[in-house]
Amino acid sequence: MLTYIGRRCLYMVPTLFAISVVAFAIIQLPPGDFLTSWVTRMESEGEKVDPAMLEGLRERYALGDPFYVQYGKWISGILFHGDFGESFEFGRSVTSLVLDRLPWSIGLTVFALIFTWVVAFPIGLYSAVRQYSIGDYLATTIGFLGLAIPNFMLALAMMYIAYRVFGLSTSGISPLTIGIAIVVLGTAGTAGTIRILRANLLDELKKPYVVAARARGVSERALVVKYPVRMALNPFVSTIGWVLPGLVGGEVIVAQVLNLPTTGPLLFSALRTQDMYLAGSIILIISVLTVIGTLLSDILLAWLDPRVRLGYR
Amino acid sequence: MPREDPLLEISDLRTHFFTREGTVRAVDGVSLTVPRGKTVCVVGESGCGKSVTARSVLGLVDEPGRIVSGEIWWRRRGQEPVNLAQLGPRSEEMRRVRGGEISMVFQEPMASLSPMYTIGDQLVEAIRMHLPLTQEQARERATDLLRRAGIPRAEERLDAYSFQLSGGMCQRVMIAIALAADPALLIADEPTTALDVTTQARIIDLLRDLQAETGMSVLFITHDLGVVAEIADEVVVMYLGTVVERGGVDEIFHDPKHPYTNALLGSIPRMGAGAGRRLATIRGNVPHPSDRPAGCPFHPRCDAAIGGVCDVSDPPHIVFGEARSVRCVLHDDVHRSSAAEVRA
Amino acid sequence: MTTVLLDADTTSSVEAGAETGTKNGRRTAKQWRLVWWKFRQHKLAMVGLVLMFGIYLVALFAEFLAPFGTSTFNSEYTYAPPQRIHVDWGEGLYVHGYTSTIDEETFEPTFEVDESQRIEIGLFVKGEEYELFGLIPWDRHLIGPEDPGQPMYLLGADRNGHDLLSRLIHGTRISMTIGLVGVAMALVLGIILGGVSGYFGGRTDTVIQRIVEFFMSIPGIPLWMGLSAALPHEWGPMQRYFAITVILAVIGWTDMARVVRGRFLSLRNEEFVTSARLDGSGRPRVIYRHMLPSFTSHLIASVTLSIPAMILAETSLSFLGLGLQDPVVSWGVLLQDAQNVRVLSTAPWLMLPGVAVIVAVLALNFVGDGLRDAADPYKR
Repeated sequence: MLTYIGRRCLYMVPTLFAISVVAFAIIQLPPGDFLTSWVTRMESEGEKVDPAMLEGLRERYALGDPFYVQYGKWISGILFHGDFGESFEFGRSVTSLVLDRLPWSIGLTVFALIFTWVVAFPIGLYSAVRQYSIGDYLATTIGFLGLAIPNFMLALAMMYIAYRVFGLSTSGISPLTIGIAIVVLGTAGTAGTIRILRANLLDELKKPYVVAARARGVSERALVVKYPVRMALNPFVSTIGWVLPGLVGGEVIVAQVLNLPTTGPLLFSALRTQDMYLAGSIILIISVLTVIGTLLSDILLAWLDPRVRLGYR
Repeated sequence: MPREDPLLEISDLRTHFFTREGTVRAVDGVSLTVPRGKTVCVVGESGCGKSVTARSVLGLVDEPGRIVSGEIWWRRRGQEPVNLAQLGPRSEEMRRVRGGEISMVFQEPMASLSPMYTIGDQLVEAIRMHLPLTQEQARERATDLLRRAGIPRAEERLDAYSFQLSGGMCQRVMIAIALAADPALLIADEPTTALDVTTQARIIDLLRDLQAETGMSVLFITHDLGVVAEIADEVVVMYLGTVVERGGVDEIFHDPKHPYTNALLGSIPRMGAGAGRRLATIRGNVPHPSDRPAGCPFHPRCDAAIGGVCDVSDPPHIVFGEARSVRCVLHDDVHRSSAAEVRA
Repeated sequence: MTTVLLDADTTSSVEAGAETGTKNGRRTAKQWRLVWWKFRQHKLAMVGLVLMFGIYLVALFAEFLAPFGTSTFNSEYTYAPPQRIHVDWGEGLYVHGYTSTIDEETFEPTFEVDESQRIEIGLFVKGEEYELFGLIPWDRHLIGPEDPGQPMYLLGADRNGHDLLSRLIHGTRISMTIGLVGVAMALVLGIILGGVSGYFGGRTDTVIQRIVEFFMSIPGIPLWMGLSAALPHEWGPMQRYFAITVILAVIGWTDMARVVRGRFLSLRNEEFVTSARLDGSGRPRVIYRHMLPSFTSHLIASVTLSIPAMILAETSLSFLGLGLQDPVVSWGVLLQDAQNVRVLSTAPWLMLPGVAVIVAVLALNFVGDGLRDAADPYKR
């Protein structure tokens, strides 16, 4: 088990490295060096920029040096000092800006994940055990719809209904808005999770060990709950792995529509104003958190499965 | 002298599968009996319906299969006989029979154990399902059962998972589970097919010893005539969902009546016998059950088939004795003479 | 290898077409015919197929079907509500005109349907000139006002007085093709990398699997946003369109690669592959002549299932203003107008492009699901 965790953590290193390179590349992508364009903009707005400060910034970000030197300077700042750079738009350190918003993002994502599971588990179970029943068809239909409706459409539709039918305004932090966000985000993953759970359960229900358990007199209910569900729990846990990236992405859009104070709208505005250090850092942070989340789900999965736990797979 | 009522009596069982492509008559009129304390072997090629027959007894036929007609009489000593074919597959009563009175051992031992629970968990579950024992008592019994199934260091093995054991060990565990509640009948559905040859022999020995020790009956499904010769008291030969011949093990091996039985015996390789000669085979393939020939199902592959008879009318059921019968026109005097007329 | 024995009664009940041959009293059918038979039994998939064809036809004949061009607008009619088509058996089709009153505080016009005004509309009317398929100059439109100057807003108007119906029809083309182009690129990437990975196995496989896992573990949308925000502003619509498809493909190829790899791994040990190799076929020949054709149907199924994901991605990006931009019209671009509740409560019809997205995605998902089930006709 420990070797497994160790191996997984080692595997993560190249992934994290690749993510940081991509994030840094995004910072570098806009043409011209950002300092120059910032100075131009400042001056066009009639503000003076202190040449000494400019020189200091140039030194700090190693501008003019080759890509890898700049990258090295950037990444070592993050790794050793937790310094993600400066947001020019807000005039604050990226770290403090992101820290303000990150708890909201994480909270929203975690609750959406819980929502996904709480809804998907009973529905998926029912669908598989009562295959081809009306409930199964209903669940499948809802699943298809959930896959087809873009997140933001659902958010817009719910906002519209809240506004027109109940006369409630939905913007910024309010229980209603946060509730809508969780439901919208959760629904997106639910559809896929139901399908996976149903397919896995149907597979498991046909396995010889289920027949063998039935042949020794285990009741149908105990049979389903004890054997296949236990087995299907594994892919269920591993859904974190693929629901999470989608969830984090969806959160960016939904938070933008609902105007929630998460990292999403911050990233969005940073991209619009080409405040690239802020944008790149947010992309880096949420990607890294996603990867860590996936890692945790893999470890949980391994711990749940004796075959992995005992090193047989 | 009339025999004692058999423990299990299947009469005219029909189990059909209703697929979208049509009805597959996997079991189509099977009758057989299992006497008390005896081992009955069901032999036949793959797809002849022997497994489905076994599963029908415990109501384990998967969708879209269903028992269409026939009776499966289960006669416990001192109790009213029950028709298992009438019990709902999910009924309380059927569940008491399963594992408690009739146990089953399957073909794939590894896959028949859940990899998520230890051997002990699954064994204890089976014991406590049918016997009023505490957790500790059940665990003790579990150890004992494993030991009887020939598993060394039984105590330790209780905490092992199926994937940590070999196929032969897993099959011993399955046998231990099957014995959990001292059943009166053990159905073994090709229990040695997935194992290597030496392991096969040991499992067969184990089953024979356990049968002698407990006095239970065994219904043994196999396609291996070598195994049949070793453990059977009585033999049932099946072909395409029907029983073509029944008889004692000596009668079947030394005086086969049906051409199919004859052909099966002819296709066993024998050491030394006729070295250098080609091994006899049965020509053609087993037809798909949804595509069964008219008349005698075996006639397209039968060397003794009589045109105009075998391919037209169902073969008669000729009874030679209590446990001896054959389903073939060749042993029917009336038909034989009429067949002669057709030829003339 | 591509034929299978079928039970006689099955085939005869379906259809004994010219492609079915008779052998030993049983009929044989080509694999594709079997796939089609199985597919037809899937009712939702058939509905999806019809819808899909319909939508692509709309995309193909957009200029003809739309009453107006994408840039035609009349600022007098901002947020004009949808009109109902009335049928007058004597004179043909007509809609009622509008009377507008300007709110004195907000200067926003409110419209009322004016029953006294009748705007004649007709089928195959003369309207703006266009070139069908970019080749044939024409000026007929399926439906439109008899007098081109008159307002006709069957699905309402947007902020600038564009006809939503026309823009929706034109948007179909971009939205439905961006998925196709993206998937085509993803497919090429996926087949090459997945094929190499699955065929060679070993270390190559491990490396490629790591790359795939990397792409799957990072959240796509922030990355798309970053990449598309970094596109130079001076790029024209076509360059942007192409760049967005590349971005979509870069993220979307992983699924395809996984499918291809899984298939290759399971096929590698099949007898027909071994025998092809023993016959002396070179590796590329074994891969592309023997292995690939045997899972084309699976591939088509996963392609169909990944188009909707691309459509959704494009819609989300464009909705945020980071994807395509006006004057290019896609469903996502149209949805940019529906950013907030205030706008939606004055002009709820602006959500209609979203309905188009849902219908298209559903149809493609149904078809893909049906194909996936039918892809392996030998399996029961």
